[in-house]
Amino acid sequence: MTWFTSPADATARLGAAGYLADEATATTAFLAGALEKPLLVEGPAGVGKTELAKSVARAAGADLVRLQCYEGLDEARALYEWNYSKQLLRIQAARAGEVDTGADGSAWQRTHDDIFTEEFLLTRPLLTAISREEPTVLLIDEVDKTDVEVEGLLLEVLSDFQVTIPELGTVTATRRPFVVLTSNAARELSEALKRRCLYLHLDYPDAEREREIVTAQVPELDDAVARQLVETVVRLRGLELKKAPSIAESIDWARTLVALEIKELDQAAITATLGAVLKHATDQARAVRELRLRA
Amino acid sequence: MTDAGTADEAGDGSSPDGAPGRSGLVDRHIAFVEALRSAGLPVSLAEGLDAVGALTHLEWTDRSVVRAGYAATLVKKSSQRPTFDALFDLFFPRLVGEGSTTLDPDAEDPAAGRATDTARDGAEALEAFRDQLQEQLVGAAGEGDPADGGEGASEETLRRLAAEAVGRFGAMPGRTPGQTAFSAYQALRRVAPAELTGRVVDGLLAAGDSDAMEPGMRAYAERRAARGIGAFTRMVEDDARRRIAERKSPEHVADVAVRPAIDRVAFTSARRDDLEEMRRQIAPLARRLATRLAKQRATNGRGPLDFRRTVRASMSTGGVPITTRHRPKRPHRTDLVVLCDVSGSVAHFAQFTLLLTYALREHFGRLRAFTFVDRTTEVTAVLRPGRDPVEVMEELAASIQHAAMTGRTSYGSAFRTFREQYADALGPASSLLVLGDARSNYSDLALDDLRAMTNGIRGAWWLNPEHPRHWDTGDSAASRYAAVVPMVECRNLAQLGEFVQKVL
Repeated sequence: MTWFTSPADATARLGAAGYLADEATATTAFLAGALEKPLLVEGPAGVGKTELAKSVARAAGADLVRLQCYEGLDEARALYEWNYSKQLLRIQAARAGEVDTGADGSAWQRTHDDIFTEEFLLTRPLLTAISREEPTVLLIDEVDKTDVEVEGLLLEVLSDFQVTIPELGTVTATRRPFVVLTSNAARELSEALKRRCLYLHLDYPDAEREREIVTAQVPELDDAVARQLVETVVRLRGLELKKAPSIAESIDWARTLVALEIKELDQAAITATLGAVLKHATDQARAVRELRLRA
Repeated sequence: MTDAGTADEAGDGSSPDGAPGRSGLVDRHIAFVEALRSAGLPVSLAEGLDAVGALTHLEWTDRSVVRAGYAATLVKKSSQRPTFDALFDLFFPRLVGEGSTTLDPDAEDPAAGRATDTARDGAEALEAFRDQLQEQLVGAAGEGDPADGGEGASEETLRRLAAEAVGRFGAMPGRTPGQTAFSAYQALRRVAPAELTGRVVDGLLAAGDSDAMEPGMRAYAERRAARGIGAFTRMVEDDARRRIAERKSPEHVADVAVRPAIDRVAFTSARRDDLEEMRRQIAPLARRLATRLAKQRATNGRGPLDFRRTVRASMSTGGVPITTRHRPKRPHRTDLVVLCDVSGSVAHFAQFTLLLTYALREHFGRLRAFTFVDRTTEVTAVLRPGRDPVEVMEELAASIQHAAMTGRTSYGSAFRTFREQYADALGPASSLLVLGDARSNYSDLALDDLRAMTNGIRGAWWLNPEHPRHWDTGDSAASRYAAVVPMVECRNLAQLGEFVQKVL
């Protein structure tokens, strides 16, 4: 199956799935599908990295398998695990039967072969994504949060789309999933991992595109208010803040305004709702000062 | 002329050894990858092949698609993107020759050449052009952000203006019409976009119906104007590079004219918009370093043997101590004392270093910061955690006045005043960090004072923002100080990060 037929097709179908992709994003998403290579998306928090993976899944009618990374994530959580309790039950059940058959060692042999079969295997996201027959989008979220060793574990999956289980052999993907890795660049990822991926840096969009995104996500919002909102957000990003407002926060803000039924984004309205966009006290104080808001 | 035509033609032109049947694209691709490598991007063979694979899936009719394809396969770090873009513009130029004639319908045909030179390039033309540029800068800044916006219409116009500026005011006629050379320096000197700042700011303030006297609005307008002018300056340089690359070869220009990535730009030669970008990079850099430092400490070996627990554990193995038990390691925290030269010559460098230590503050048990020109003052209070970074910068700048008595750098008297007033800052757990270029105006160096300061503390380092080949030139006393305190070259953000990770 081809994911997208051309960059233009990617733009159109992602757009239909509710994701307004710019040219670089659409081209890179198209290439990730065409070359069957994983796509590493980097950028500040809240610019739509995770959303891109979800939208690809929606656009292509595929299922999303998600692996959320965190410090201390290991093989057993990412790849597969043997179901120990079930194996134990199986052994005990075999022992009970042993008395009847007359033990000669072959029963043990049978049990041993038995408990290392797929029946006793708990698949975790990476193995799940590879062994699925249906079209799949595999999202490996916040890969920079993991330890370096996990990256090594990802390499086999990402370059050959296979997982080696010592007791079972190698499981190779029958159908390659569309892999998206996201990272906030909290640490540098290893060269080996980066080399296997296509790279896309997502940044804050320009004002025009941001307005489109906000109105697409929050259709109830008045056009004039949307324009004022985006203008203010762009100005806020121009200030030196600890955390510049992201697209997700502009959308939150838009929802806040709709919920409060604010029809005009004047200074009082901005001051009252600033908490939706700026999450640091010093940032808010700075914005109030620079935008000449009454505190 | 379409973009696709441009790329193909440029490919043909640059491969003198290309056989008739070859398009030259492969040669151009290889040259491009070579240039990226020599500019410091680690492009592997596999990635080069990926890029070719990507391009076979893409249409060549759209230049931005080709750029996106190359970027996705070859650039794996966002800090390398500007370098990549500059090189891409050289090897796959936007247009060939004068592209800007369409901008102004009654502009002279460039083919007519030197006959109309005065009309194209006179005082009046220059003034008219500057007006046009000012208008465009006001418009562009009003619409959004030209620096990080997409390929917006206003950016496109600005780019055309930049091309026009180089073509008209940066041209240096050669002996024959084909030999005209172009100079970004000359174009920028004559158009002088920086002098337009005031007019652009006024224009911006007039465009918005805001109170021009309000300092906040004015600062905002100034920032936008500076960014727009910075973008224009960059575009002029890009265009001049493009034209030079056309005459010589892209490889030649790539070797000499492409600016390094932001974390390789030297503090001392950074331009205004570089500095802004660098300040933006400080917070992520600090976060990356903090994560790495925390990890290192977590895995950094184990503490001394816990005898009792080892013996107890050996019971289960018949008294054989197979696994040893250890006491948890005592966490050590660095007490950092930063002594920072803030005189004009190293001011930028000092700001970054102070900001970085400030950002890393929570990882040092205690931090005391001092600034000096010829007298040491304490600025620890300025670097209180949780403060607004802009305020911090402003107060640091203000504190420079306190650090100077005569206004001439004197390391000797700075060290002496430090010992007189703040000797208690240094204890057995402290690390001393001296930041400066060791240029002491030939005054007394007070080597003994420095030696006394480094006695009995955990460690001392000296970060010098100059290239080692400039050490000991002129009034630099680098090696004499280096004999007392180990001196480390620290010219850019990358080296600063490296130092923090390795030493602190």
